[in-house]
Amino acid sequence: MEPALAVSNLNVEILGENGAFPVVSEMSFSVNPGQTICIVGESGCGKSMTALSLLRLLPESARVASGSIKIHGEEFLAMDQRKMEDFRGDKIAMIFQEPLTALNPVLTIGEQISESVRQHRNAGKREAFARAVKCLELVQMPDPERRARQYPHELSGGMRQRAMIALALACEPKIIIADEPTTALDVTVQAQILGLISDLQKRLGMAQILITHDLGVVAETADRVIVMYAGRRVEECSVYELFDNPLHPYTVGLMGAVPHRGEAAASPRRLADIPGTVPALWDLSKGCAFAPRCPGASSRCFEERPPFTEKKPGHFAACWEHDHA
Amino acid sequence: MRDTAEFIAPAPLLSVENLKVHFAIRAGVFQRQVGEVKAVDGVSFSIGASETLGLVGESGCGKSTTGLALMGLVRVTDGRIAMKGALDVTSMRNVPRSHRRRMQIIFQDPFSSLNPRQRVRDIIRAPLDVHRIGTMEERQAEVAKLISLVGLRSDQADNFPHQFSGGQRQRIGIARALALKPDIIICDEPVSALDVSVQAQILNLLADLQSELGLSYLFISHDLGVVEHISHQVAVMYLGKIVETGSKKAIFSKPLHPYSELLLRSAPSHDPHHRHQFSAVSDDIPSATRKPSGCAFHTRCPLATDICRQVEPQLETKADGQSVACHHR
Repeated sequence: MEPALAVSNLNVEILGENGAFPVVSEMSFSVNPGQTICIVGESGCGKSMTALSLLRLLPESARVASGSIKIHGEEFLAMDQRKMEDFRGDKIAMIFQEPLTALNPVLTIGEQISESVRQHRNAGKREAFARAVKCLELVQMPDPERRARQYPHELSGGMRQRAMIALALACEPKIIIADEPTTALDVTVQAQILGLISDLQKRLGMAQILITHDLGVVAETADRVIVMYAGRRVEECSVYELFDNPLHPYTVGLMGAVPHRGEAAASPRRLADIPGTVPALWDLSKGCAFAPRCPGASSRCFEERPPFTEKKPGHFAACWEHDHA
Repeated sequence: MRDTAEFIAPAPLLSVENLKVHFAIRAGVFQRQVGEVKAVDGVSFSIGASETLGLVGESGCGKSTTGLALMGLVRVTDGRIAMKGALDVTSMRNVPRSHRRRMQIIFQDPFSSLNPRQRVRDIIRAPLDVHRIGTMEERQAEVAKLISLVGLRSDQADNFPHQFSGGQRQRIGIARALALKPDIIICDEPVSALDVSVQAQILNLLADLQSELGLSYLFISHDLGVVEHISHQVAVMYLGKIVETGSKKAIFSKPLHPYSELLLRSAPSHDPHHRHQFSAVSDDIPSATRKPSGCAFHTRCPLATDICRQVEPQLETKADGQSVACHHR
């Protein structure tokens, strides 16, 4: 099966005052139709930059230095502006974290969805608006006719996120990129939105790339998981492997750092915290970026960066420790 | 055994009775009052010494306003706050300053709650200056002690807040809160803005400080995992009221209120082998400005009947000190 999206050896850099520094390095992955891949990591690990580069929406200060992004076999990075715009919204679409800033405040929800439909489907105004209402129905927006005529500020946070999903799905893209789609939402609304995304994905057979910092969301949604640290992949495996047999010390650390539900001990257990903080990307040492915080770091870890290799069938990690396998 | 324990249970450190914070809605040229938001509407709870009460609920439920009201940072409409062993049993409209010495607060956002123009040493010393505690030398010595207590380096004392990471800034906020040696600290979403690895450091620090200094916490959070981790007692808030309260074990293993059940059901599991089947169906979520009649949760409740639409249920104590406000439980 041809993957819906194949990224290989993607490098993204930010042009700073003192020259360019990498924010995403040697990123590769592919997603099949119907599959969900989660990219997980903490702030500044490069997960959102990866997402933005997939849509060629990087801010001006950043650029793709090298690499390839293939959408259904076609090289997205080589497309001219016009073709790229045809693809964006039609074949690949994005759900942003904060719908209030991502939606246009001076257009009604219906107008924004129609705009996308008219751009890609050659539809008339009326037809496009009808399609917009259909999309709002699809995301189970209560009273879609009325909501289509409302502005973003008139909707609650959960409704806005539904509107944004409707906008992303208006042209039935085959690839959907969701950047922290539920982070700004309350937990009961988050559950609804996660339920909605997974329903729609099954119905429409979309490939999904979900960017999140929340391991709970990963456990609920992912097929495969990529863990990022300081701009690089440190681990990639199936969601079951990730939770059952995490290999990279950073992943292990993250798992221990999250207070789990269902541990109703009498006195709070100490969380396994990861000492120190995430390194600055413009100031990375030559070795493993995680070495200064790693409990098992050896002198080699500070000297040489471990390659990202397959340690077990389908389970990749970048760590010297697990290299004997 | 349990009965005797309850019998000799000491008076709580802090008890809050029927706390109300109502905000006026004003409109028009003359800013006439056209309505009222009952952000906190008759909240009662108590916290014992060295105990953590977790206050959970979703945005707009009034949990943060409750914390601010206890500190006198918003105007209290009605209610009573009593601290044990104290002069300051207050029937209050305005919280007196003496009360604040015993109760301090740390905020969610470590970026906006520290003055960017002050050095860390001055930020931490400010409460001692305000309350005129000790001589200047004593205050400086105390600041040095606090800096090491919260895990910062002494050479960082002359730095400004922007030179610190989020987690370190939260440590500065904690040091400032500890300066007056309070009995109780209100923690208003103290780890929500932090990355998980740093969040764990701060949660561990709070736990260590509690056992070293015998502190009590009112821990306000929307994160059920964090609340379950750190709390002894838990209170669940919905639209200005506490709908259920009890021991952590009771609330998390056998929640009684349908809203508590919904919250627990909605929290993602951390086990891909046992996924939830989340429903995509949206329910109409009310807000404090348009609060439903009777039980405020009846619009979302699977158990709702006529009585729920008409009569507001009161908190009733069930087994094991668990209390719930529901007609059907």
